[in-house]
Amino acid sequence: MIFVTVGTQMHFDRLISAVDEWAGTDTSRTVVAQAGPSTYRPKFIKSVPFMSAQDFRDHMHQARVIVSHAGMGSIITALEFGKRIIVMPRRADQGEHRNDHQIATAKYFGSQGHVLVASDKEELFQKLSQFRSGDTVEPISSTASPALISTLRKFVESGSEPRSR
Amino acid sequence: MILNFKCDYNPDISNSDDLNVEMAHLLSAQSAAGSGANSRRRAPKLLAVASGGGHWVQLLRVASAFQGCDVTYVSTHASYRSQVQGHKFLTVSDSSLSTKLGLIRTAIQLAAIVWTERPDIVVSTGAAPGYFALRLGRLFKARTIWLDSIANVEKLSLSGAKIGRHADLWLTQWPHLAKPEGPHYEGSVI
Repeated sequence: MIFVTVGTQMHFDRLISAVDEWAGTDTSRTVVAQAGPSTYRPKFIKSVPFMSAQDFRDHMHQARVIVSHAGMGSIITALEFGKRIIVMPRRADQGEHRNDHQIATAKYFGSQGHVLVASDKEELFQKLSQFRSGDTVEPISSTASPALISTLRKFVESGSEPRSR
Repeated sequence: MILNFKCDYNPDISNSDDLNVEMAHLLSAQSAAGSGANSRRRAPKLLAVASGGGHWVQLLRVASAFQGCDVTYVSTHASYRSQVQGHKFLTVSDSSLSTKLGLIRTAIQLAAIVWTERPDIVVSTGAAPGYFALRLGRLFKARTIWLDSIANVEKLSLSGAKIGRHADLWLTQWPHLAKPEGPHYEGSVI
């Protein structure tokens, strides 16, 4: 199963329609999408606007490939399950987001090797064709870095600003 | 001062001797790692607020730092309740800094929550609902933590930049965005 997620806040018709076109080239594949308020009506994808948190995680867990906007909820959840994820960053000039921060997010996480980045339909098709089944990555730990947890913990316990002394 | 608890939350504390005993209990409970059942009733109240999606996922990844606190979670999707079983969970309507009417509604909902919960600590990973929670929490003398989303690689979020002087602990997840006067960098959620 290929799982597509674009969050729940804004449409991302460019991604949904691209994956739908790709899904149409081989209808033996199962493609499921959480499409949010996207208006494009896919022909080959099983699409829902919103999934519960548990449903979302179940789909992430079962997916062979994840295709997503460059949202941190999708990226972090995919990394927690050790899944390969292809992200297409939303663009403000296409009305897909209020700003272009997803482009920066995708660039950075892509350069670190955490995610594969596709800027447009052609790059997405190319990345999808490179996937081999069983191509997984080492799952990340289920909690934040020990340094961050320790800083927060100290603040919560101490009642004084950690940096004040 | 080590502790910052508001003892008027405990109606059974009626004189200073009792107060001293209570404080001693609190101190010993606090010093024990993962403070146990005997401190539960007086555990600090912590309000943890995040919008849906990435903000929420990041909040859950730091939740282990709230161990021993009486945590109330606030987010924008009812289905998140299942991920914080054993804790109080409340929802507010989703909004962003670009829709004024939605913002006002979210602010009013959070005002009601802060009024009712009277948290000792308010923590948020963003976005707009967390901004309001910190500002409102401050009015009631809560200590505040802002952890700017890891999604903000090149600059702080709009809320994250505005919240600076209202956050006692003001953190970015990127070393290159840290400044001496804050936000500070102390690691990230991954």
